[in-house]
Amino acid sequence: MTQLFEPDGRVIPVTIIQAGPCHVLQLRTLERDGYEAVQLGYLDKPRRLASRAARGHVARLDSKRQRARAAAGVAPVPKADCEPKRFIRELRGPIEGYQVGQELRVDLFKDIPAVDVVGITKGRGTAGVMKRHGFRGQRASHGVKKVHRHPGSIGCNTDPHHVFKGKRMAGHYGVERCTVRNLKVVRIDAEHNLLVVRGAVPGPNGGLLIIRKTNVVR
Amino acid sequence: MDQRLIDLVERDCLKPEIPFFEVGDTVDVHCRILEGDKERIQIFSGIVIARSGSGAREMFTVRRIVQGEGVERKFPLHSPRIAKIEVKRSGVVRRAKLYYLRERVGKAVRLKERRVDQAKRQKYAEKAQLKIQARAKRLEEL
Repeated sequence: MTQLFEPDGRVIPVTIIQAGPCHVLQLRTLERDGYEAVQLGYLDKPRRLASRAARGHVARLDSKRQRARAAAGVAPVPKADCEPKRFIRELRGPIEGYQVGQELRVDLFKDIPAVDVVGITKGRGTAGVMKRHGFRGQRASHGVKKVHRHPGSIGCNTDPHHVFKGKRMAGHYGVERCTVRNLKVVRIDAEHNLLVVRGAVPGPNGGLLIIRKTNVVR
Repeated sequence: MDQRLIDLVERDCLKPEIPFFEVGDTVDVHCRILEGDKERIQIFSGIVIARSGSGAREMFTVRRIVQGEGVERKFPLHSPRIAKIEVKRSGVVRRAKLYYLRERVGKAVRLKERRVDQAKRQKYAEKAQLKIQARAKRLEEL
């Protein structure tokens, strides 16, 4: 994150996202898959590290099965014909206007005022209730001993005879999908594929994100 | 994340020229004050006791004594609300942050004046400028 200045001196906190180039790897169609979606791939993966399946997903590979299918007269599946990708995600929606192999760049967001960003939050390991659920903890003094960050009571005694399901307690925190909605697009740098949004996004620096036009209705 | 990408976006927000000043310098900061649609300049002068951050996020702290009371203001270096920074004098300092001045009152607040060799200062300023240029050059390669 960084900050930019308005001409009048106000500061805008911004996050810089490298958005693309993404390749369209596959189109999901109603007839074949039962839903419509565009499958996008971002960041090249070295071919030596990609599995044969991953390589075959983006480009035509020769194989016995391919030859047999060609001999039987089955039309080949269109391929993007690019390097294997590190980050592949499907975005649901109408597929008109997209072709396999098409390269999507940041100018897609040119006229879009705000976006939603989906990412994986930073992992915090095993966390206590104060960090994980925002509990207040207990007092620093007045007889509180060794329980300053504890949750306190977790329920009643004889009557329910058990702790209620879903009781918020300490445990694993972070590394979960998180969506931040309605982030304003501040600037677009088409040359370097940079999308500058106002505010923070989930995940570490250099993390991978899904960005879509916001679904917040004004 | 590539630091260069951050520099690239920040570039347009940076001021083309920042006068060279250091911690311990006494400066006049000319602030633009907006009153309705009228603008006027107010001067805040004092000792620079800290500089922090880098790029568009760089800040500096100025401390002065007003009617026996210490006053500190922290300015964003590249803010458009700062019209000008003038260096009035330099002091002898041995730290990057002069927070120890907060505990001092009266005569003890003064810093010994450093007679600056203008040529030397010029050299330092050029060096700082070179650093900025090198950073800009790295961006061109992108």
